[in-house]
Amino acid sequence: MTIIDKTADVPAPREAGSDGVPLLEVRDLHVEFHTREGTARAVNGVNYSVSAGETLAVLGESGSGKSVTAQAIMGILDMPPATIPRGEILFHGEDMLKMSGEERRKIRGSRIAMIFQDALSSLNPVLSVGYQLGEMFRVHRALSRKEAKAKAIELMDRVKIPAAAARVGDYPHQFSGGMRQRIMIAMALALEPDLIIADEPTTALDVTVQAQVMELLADLQREFNMGLILITHDLGVVADVADKIAVMYAGRIVETAPVHELYKRPAHPYTRGLLDSIPRLDQKGQELYAIKGLPPNLTSTPPGCAFNPRCPKAQDICRTDIPQLFPVTERDGGELAGRGSACHFWKETIHG
Amino acid sequence: MGRYLIRRLVQAIPVLLGATFLIFCLVFALPGDPIQMLAGEKRADPNIAAILREQYHLNDPLYQQYLHYMGGVLTGDFGETYTGRAVADIMSERFPVTVQLALIAFAVEAVIGVAAGVSAALGRGKFLDNIVLISTLLLVSVPVFVLGSIAQLTLGVQWDLLPISYDENDPMSLLLPGIVLAAASMAYITRLTRTSMMETLRADYVRTAIAKGLSRRRVIVRHALRNALIPIVTFLGADLGALMGGAIITERLFNIPGVGGQLAQSVYLREQPVVIGIVTCLILIYIAANLIVDLLYAVLDPRIRYA
Repeated sequence: MTIIDKTADVPAPREAGSDGVPLLEVRDLHVEFHTREGTARAVNGVNYSVSAGETLAVLGESGSGKSVTAQAIMGILDMPPATIPRGEILFHGEDMLKMSGEERRKIRGSRIAMIFQDALSSLNPVLSVGYQLGEMFRVHRALSRKEAKAKAIELMDRVKIPAAAARVGDYPHQFSGGMRQRIMIAMALALEPDLIIADEPTTALDVTVQAQVMELLADLQREFNMGLILITHDLGVVADVADKIAVMYAGRIVETAPVHELYKRPAHPYTRGLLDSIPRLDQKGQELYAIKGLPPNLTSTPPGCAFNPRCPKAQDICRTDIPQLFPVTERDGGELAGRGSACHFWKETIHG
Repeated sequence: MGRYLIRRLVQAIPVLLGATFLIFCLVFALPGDPIQMLAGEKRADPNIAAILREQYHLNDPLYQQYLHYMGGVLTGDFGETYTGRAVADIMSERFPVTVQLALIAFAVEAVIGVAAGVSAALGRGKFLDNIVLISTLLLVSVPVFVLGSIAQLTLGVQWDLLPISYDENDPMSLLLPGIVLAAASMAYITRLTRTSMMETLRADYVRTAIAKGLSRRRVIVRHALRNALIPIVTFLGADLGALMGGAIITERLFNIPGVGGQLAQSVYLREQPVVIGIVTCLILIYIAANLIVDLLYAVLDPRIRYA
């Protein structure tokens, strides 16, 4: 009896993702900002997970809490004013919110990396790109200046920047927008992290360059078998690269679904509204649909479902009860894997 | 870069000519007769006065006097006082001590100012920040002679930490005047650094630096401070010139035989050649300091390129 107990206590050596533990799991995450105007509840109980090689797209308007969630995962929230009153962020099964500052710093950049939206303002204007890329190796891998520079050139080659060796000493303003975003991607990739968070990586780019950059990101993700969290408000970008989607509204996830399911059959009125507001060539000449109203002020979200003032289907229950994320099923009750909707009337929305 | 430097040096010539001409006109516009000043209370002997006026070209029209003077300056001759002393002599006697004093003050304001500003910005709204805000407000509001006297009384006399008056054999004797001279500028530098630093700490690239997993120290020094330094360097450069010429009160207070005191005395005695000589040197220092600042910009910020 005692012998068995003892052996059971020893945890098996764990390989990343091999035991079914997802790479990253966010559980019931809450983030609040304490300001003079009151407490802004930016994130209200978000749950999602990403496995190695998987792409999760987080979709939502500005202010829906998608970037704040990402920053909480990275550990780059300004605290104060931000606080995390509740929740867990499990990385390889370990709660990062319980780690020391130094432990988290070591994870940042080397095991979880982030790509920011505007590469021009996100790269330091007074340091050469070679220096900024090489810094990753010098800080996390203790390489010399010379070795770091060689690595930087290698990285620039990898993200297909022409004449990398000649341009390694150039400064961010000397690159075009697309090239700058490639440098951001190279910086995130530098230490081959397990997870990359891309916060609207293509928003600041023009459409042709957007496609190139997304393709590059997808290729590199496949090559390294990384998890990717893609934060965006662009439904067009998501369709090609994501495996699953989480739609956020007012700090909550209102719908989750595998990517093509969501486009075919949205189960939340908000998602439907988003899809209907994509301009389509076959509806040329007609007025473009827009969701009425504005996203709620996070210091005073409406009672009940936060979307109720803008929802065309809102009933009395929507103004009083906050809907949980209900599992979504087929009309006959057949299971739809990975689907959920935080709407009291999800059945009517998906099947009706 | 080389071409830019040459262009800037060429541009300095009209600045120098214009400024010296202006000061020339101003000095000669002052009421009072320099030759009469030599004689003091008594009436000057008209014959001797006439000879002296001839000797110092005082009867020539102003522009001729100016050309004559500038001709001398270009060959390194700053002329002589009406008592026959070479102006270059006086300046070589006065400038070294002033330069020492200015450099001490410059070091104090740069090092302490930037350090205090950075620490205030990092602890924004906290105790240290408030201390910095209040003490800098105090430093800029109190006139330098009050500050100097208080410093002499407390640091010098009561606690006996530093010498209170200048002694040419004791380099430490310039420390207290250096600190007093630096005080107001130091307060400005502190506030400037604080604001500039708070702005850069909010910048996206600082967030990127944190997301890269760099140490806090590296984020602050390499990524934030490098960017925050640009306005500070501008102020420091302009202030270097001011420290050299504007130390009249501090010099008087600590009994330092520097340029400021000499300048004040010469204006009083209508020693036009000395005033013009010193001012010309100060203009040169200003021009040089500004040029260095502009060149430093390019070093600090690669977006600025000179062609």
